[in-house]
Amino acid sequence: MLYREAGQFKTNYIADSAIFPLRQDRIGLGLIIVAAYALAFIGNSFLLQAVMIPFLVFSLASIGLNILTGYTGLLSLGTGAFMGVGAYACYKLMTAFPEVNVIVWILLSGFFSAAIGALFGLPSLRIKGFYLAVATLAAQFFLQWCFIRIPWLVNYNVSGALDAPLRTLFGTPIMGPNATPQTRYLVVLTIVILLTWLASNLVHGRIGRMWIAIRDMDLAAELMGIRPLQTKLLAFAVSSYYCGVAGALLVFLWYGGAEYDVFNINQSFFILFMVIIGGLGSLIGSFFGAALIFILPIVLGIVLPAMLSPFGLSVGADVIEHLRFMIVGALIIFFLIVEPHGLARLWQIGKQKLLVWPFPY
Amino acid sequence: MSFRKLGLGLAAATMLAGMALPALAQDSVYVPLFTYRTGPFAGSGTHIADGMHDYLRMLNERDGGIGGVKLVLEECETGYDTKKGVECYESVKGKNPVVVNPWSTGITLPLIPRASVDKIPILSMAYGLSASARGDIFPWVFNPPATYWDGLSMIVKYIGEKEGGLDKLKGKKIGFLHLDAAFGKEPVPLLQEMAKDIGFEVALYPVAAQDMQNQGSQWLSARRDRPDYMIMWGWGSMNGAAVKEAVRSGYPMDKFYSVWWPGEDDARAGGAGAKGFKMLNWHAVGTNFPAIQDIQKHVIDKGLSKAQKDKVGELLYNRGIYNSLLIAEGIAQAQKVTGKKVVTGEDVRRGLENIKLDPARLKDLGLEGFTDQLVLSCSDHNGHRAAFMQEWDGTKWVKISNPIEPMTDRVRGQLEAAAKDYAEKNAGWPKRAEACDKAS
Repeated sequence: MLYREAGQFKTNYIADSAIFPLRQDRIGLGLIIVAAYALAFIGNSFLLQAVMIPFLVFSLASIGLNILTGYTGLLSLGTGAFMGVGAYACYKLMTAFPEVNVIVWILLSGFFSAAIGALFGLPSLRIKGFYLAVATLAAQFFLQWCFIRIPWLVNYNVSGALDAPLRTLFGTPIMGPNATPQTRYLVVLTIVILLTWLASNLVHGRIGRMWIAIRDMDLAAELMGIRPLQTKLLAFAVSSYYCGVAGALLVFLWYGGAEYDVFNINQSFFILFMVIIGGLGSLIGSFFGAALIFILPIVLGIVLPAMLSPFGLSVGADVIEHLRFMIVGALIIFFLIVEPHGLARLWQIGKQKLLVWPFPY
Repeated sequence: MSFRKLGLGLAAATMLAGMALPALAQDSVYVPLFTYRTGPFAGSGTHIADGMHDYLRMLNERDGGIGGVKLVLEECETGYDTKKGVECYESVKGKNPVVVNPWSTGITLPLIPRASVDKIPILSMAYGLSASARGDIFPWVFNPPATYWDGLSMIVKYIGEKEGGLDKLKGKKIGFLHLDAAFGKEPVPLLQEMAKDIGFEVALYPVAAQDMQNQGSQWLSARRDRPDYMIMWGWGSMNGAAVKEAVRSGYPMDKFYSVWWPGEDDARAGGAGAKGFKMLNWHAVGTNFPAIQDIQKHVIDKGLSKAQKDKVGELLYNRGIYNSLLIAEGIAQAQKVTGKKVVTGEDVRRGLENIKLDPARLKDLGLEGFTDQLVLSCSDHNGHRAAFMQEWDGTKWVKISNPIEPMTDRVRGQLEAAAKDYAEKNAGWPKRAEACDKAS
């Protein structure tokens, strides 16, 4: 009824190829962005710090992996390590040049990650699928080894850990223990929105079509004049850039300090699951995936005890944890059976149905 | 439309978060327990969690809490995972916890800078950041009763005594099997410094976290190098695997020493061959203490605990009790210092600084002889207490030495340097603003 296409005419090519051709979509997006910013002022610190900041960080990392795996069809298991490169690069840069604003360093640290990512992307020219996954696994283990073994990366810190020093933006602390969840959330939100907008333009433009062509059939793409070397390496670089920025945000704006172990293979799988569940080759799917994999367990952890207590069942934290595992696992299997293309596809179907509702003819 | 779902999520999450904060009764003290009964470290974590919970629960059942104030206990499952630990911290922060025990070095590190801002003291019992022993720099962090550097110096001292003097270690070779992470690497500089001064040789055998259960290559090298002594710095499944491998490769078990983290299950992994394995410890095992018998009477027998009956009194269970003893004592001292019944995190920070667990006090608490005395102060948040050596006799741990004092002269240098380094690296690290209490 409200959500329909009727009456919206496209009179030029730009309108026809718009990412959000429907006015309702554009309004909805605007509302969501406004709501996301408003949340900074109405949400409590648990919601901002333990739910929203990590959700945004993982969404950004998922977008990064989605560019590589979803759009270009190159499977990578090195996401955790590439996030780590971003975090360590950011730490080195901001401690070496404390006078430069830290936001600049967060955004620049992604380029270090991009360079490393492109380097480890070189084998992708020769190998595909599982073999490439193994090659990126090598990146994961090698980089993790570097994080442990090169004390220079943590400025010869005895604890061997990264920690977030106090940094300010316009005189307000945005990093370090004195930064409120509110300001950190606003910074993360702004960065994620900007980078998502950038990614959206990339994947819908010439570069994105090159990636998709390589994914669908690299031989045909090559015959059409798309150079696989540059295209694949660009995908690795852009993907790693996003992961790197996400890694820097994770350590400095969410945890506030971390050990090398945060960037282990489990982190890589965690992000990969988000991408697969959310929907390969979809930006909105990255957000859905992050929400399902990260927020759902938290919600369950709060809801389950509340649901069980009226029945006189008081269950321990460990039982809840096991239940969380089982429910999330079951849901993942359910979603994959019902919609192997991920939540993004479900969303799309829902929108299609809504367009013609209530008269589907 | 990537943000629409986000909006829905927000709405749902806001409602839930509102529900998640039940009002707390005014006349109680909220003590969150970070535990890990799931995940790869659950084998050790479960016993610790049981010990921590049962002691405090016993105080609730027997005495009605501490100083007449009930303790509200809540476990938060971390799975030994930093992500979940930080989430736990955020979820308990709003309920005015009087102290947090992260039970993981990885979770402790991100919390250290927050402690002074959120006014919640951190009790990281013999783990975490060693430098946080310095109360003047880390007023909100406590890591009694000894640091890892203290532990290493005690082991070396004990070995030296067995050889007939530290100088007799000259020319010997000491193997150091450690987890290849900040925790395992921390003692390395001290060991190397001692090696240089005393003249022994050090062979390092790092074990990567993902290979904890597969130590074949390390023990193969150990067979080649034939170290005279082996010192282990491990955690979780690494300990059990190391004991098993040591037995298999025929390493003389009486030359195999460990820091204080292996439990009975780890030693049992080696079967009969594990006899002679030694480790540092600072508290008794067994149930032969009035307080622990009270736990059995008031908690275990009433079915209020998750602990298996035969695990009560085992090493890691009693380690949990020791942790809770410190929590309880911190609260009790806070009540004494402030005169308030219902104390806050700020009060408990003062309470912890006033901890004085001397033999008389331990006797009052029903734990006479359970542990050596512990006195904390404004500047000393650790105590640097002596630990003793215990040996696995095939079925249980047997205490085989008197308390061994750490080599304070050697350790202090490391500590000062590390604390200064931490404060310097974190530009703007706050100067201690909290006033010191006069020793009472």
